[in-house]
Amino acid sequence: MRPTTAVRARTVTKTFGDVIALDGVDLDVPAGQIHGLVGPNGAGKTTLLALVLGLAAVDGGTLEILGSAVGATRAGGVAGFVDGPGLYPTLTARQNLTTLARLRGHDQGRRAQVEELLERVGLDDVADDRVRGFSLGMRQRLGLAAALLGDPRLLVLDEPANGLDPAGKRRVHEVLADLADHGTTVLLSSHRMDDLAALCDEVTLLSVGRAVFTGPVSKLASESGRLDYRLVTSDPPGTRRIAAGLPALTLLPSTGRAGASADDQALVVRGAGGALDDLVVRLVGAGIALRELGPVVSPLEAAFLALTGADADADTEEPPR
Amino acid sequence: MTATVADAPVRAETVTLGRVVRFEVVKLVAQWRIRLVLVACLVAPALYSAVVSRQTSLPADAVYGRLMDQSGWAGSLTILVSLGTLLLPLLTSVVAGDIFAVEDRLGTWRHVLVAVRSPRRVFIAKTIAALTVTLTLLGCLLVSSAAGGLLSIGSHPLPGLDGHQLGSGELARTVVLSWLTLVAPTLAFSAVGLLGSVALGRSPLGLLAPVGLALVLMGVQVMPVPVALRVALPMNAFISYRGLLTEPMQLDALWIGLLVCLSWTALATLLAYRLFVRRDFTDLANDGSARRFLVTGLVPLVGLAGLTTVLVATTTGATGSGIDRPKLEDAVSRSFANLYVLQTERLHRPAVTVDELQASAECDKGGDLVEDEGAGSGWRCTVRWTLPGSTAVGTAVYQLDVRPEGRFVADGDGPKEVNGFFQVRGPAGDAPNPLWQFDGVVDLLDTPTKGQQ
Repeated sequence: MRPTTAVRARTVTKTFGDVIALDGVDLDVPAGQIHGLVGPNGAGKTTLLALVLGLAAVDGGTLEILGSAVGATRAGGVAGFVDGPGLYPTLTARQNLTTLARLRGHDQGRRAQVEELLERVGLDDVADDRVRGFSLGMRQRLGLAAALLGDPRLLVLDEPANGLDPAGKRRVHEVLADLADHGTTVLLSSHRMDDLAALCDEVTLLSVGRAVFTGPVSKLASESGRLDYRLVTSDPPGTRRIAAGLPALTLLPSTGRAGASADDQALVVRGAGGALDDLVVRLVGAGIALRELGPVVSPLEAAFLALTGADADADTEEPPR
Repeated sequence: MTATVADAPVRAETVTLGRVVRFEVVKLVAQWRIRLVLVACLVAPALYSAVVSRQTSLPADAVYGRLMDQSGWAGSLTILVSLGTLLLPLLTSVVAGDIFAVEDRLGTWRHVLVAVRSPRRVFIAKTIAALTVTLTLLGCLLVSSAAGGLLSIGSHPLPGLDGHQLGSGELARTVVLSWLTLVAPTLAFSAVGLLGSVALGRSPLGLLAPVGLALVLMGVQVMPVPVALRVALPMNAFISYRGLLTEPMQLDALWIGLLVCLSWTALATLLAYRLFVRRDFTDLANDGSARRFLVTGLVPLVGLAGLTTVLVATTTGATGSGIDRPKLEDAVSRSFANLYVLQTERLHRPAVTVDELQASAECDKGGDLVEDEGAGSGWRCTVRWTLPGSTAVGTAVYQLDVRPEGRFVADGDGPKEVNGFFQVRGPAGDAPNPLWQFDGVVDLLDTPTKGQQ
């Protein structure tokens, strides 16, 4: 029976001395999916990617890659990078790819594939430049090209959008989407929620070595529940009174929050979508003009903060005036 | 975007060792530092041999230095001396001492391991690549040093370190063989470089491990340490080629040096291998430590040095400095006799053989109050000989500077007709006087002489 799951982890644990990097992580990545790993620093994303790449063995649990259990023998068809693309600065972009292709034994059609990949990631015009002069974004793109040598069936990328300008990011997104369309599974990590939203079919949110959410991005957004909204109205004191009268809403101090400053007239409220609708209706009924309304952070980011507990310190309620 | 069908399980493709070695060699040769060293190894010895051999002032302190203007091979032998100090350890530092550390500095370990999928194969390939490049550099030094001297002076005979004449063909073979004896210590220092590179990660201390070891061992070499310890250290293998330049050859130190160096190579490589394959490449902070180098690297090597010293002392019976009066008298009289024959030829006098001369020497160190044993510059030897058909006994005096490793320089102290001038005048013109000043070597492990005391 052919496996339809590219990565299957069950209660995977990994420790470094006294530090528990992964604590019973479960993960299922269907073949052909772009799957994102997200989490705060130290959540275990890089460790999990390194295990998938076969750089270390799990301490507990099981890990299957492309249908093979990862243990003494490592699964083939997997490529990618963690902690940077890993290039040799004294070699040119083309030499980096050529030597790597030779290493992997892709002698047949090697030159053609190298040229095709250089063009694909937009580095064909600097192919003969030494990598030491490349920007971080160019290195990321060359690292992606290096990972694609030999047409891997599972691509593992750690922060692939790091250092990319908008054009570079769009190109990388196109490449990854195209790969997934052709059946390649992509497992990537990112701190950028907008990247994950634009690219991934599903995401797994890691926090202190545990998977706290796995599912579609849209579902993650809905996990955010109560969001923080910034309001600017024609009558701030009146707005405060009305907001304080709604039990489903919480008034928060605006100082120190994103998009707020100490001297502006903005208010920050926390609540679900329905409660916010109620507030807007009441403000309009009271003749208060609504000049600005928007979430302080995106729903995905809010969900991230809520699920990882990173927003706990900002939960101080401001007494109504 | 999710595909519903995936292919069958995929097994890891095998990346052959040959491919990994080629990958590593390409990366090494792409470094400007290695290219610079390669060019230097190709050019500098040739230039040195060619230019210095034409000078009036020659590097007399080095073995064969004072003979650089007499044969093109002398330049190669002179350069061989300098390699045994810091040059070869420095070369191994540049190549082997950095071959693992460079991946830490560039952050490319995970990249290499994902591609190769076998830390064991990566280690073997890096080791082979480092040794290949280092031995290539050694080959360049040999070719360059010989070419420079031969093009400048030509291939002429030279006296060995016991004064016997080495013809051009024999000299060529001996020079090449002498260079080959450097392979073993080069391997040993390379292995120490590998160990430092693995154990210390991106720290520059790892890069300097072979040079640091060489400095320590050089310090030991200049001290009056027991002969068993001296020959049981890998540094001694750099100078054991001198035994090839005598007749009969002094091979004990050479074989011991070979075994010692191979032991160091095996142990240091094994320690480096163990450290490398046990390393956790997912742990970013874990790329090496001085403590680990001390505990897992230095302590076992010091233990090996102690063990080999005991073995050498037990198997050879060699004790003390290895330099005593009978050995020195034997070496000086033999060298003198051989060189007297050479001087006779240059002066176009009636031929005489070594046996006919019946040369003997009487040596003393610093007068009656000083024991005639060990290295030092206070040795004075009087050589006596007779000519065929004559009852008269000739005498010549030499001041000796004897080094702890057994090499000595004999400086003529009269009579002036024998060793007073650096040139002799024959019918064909002036020629270098072989008896004016000459190098010799005492076999430190030659125990039978001691038995005759």
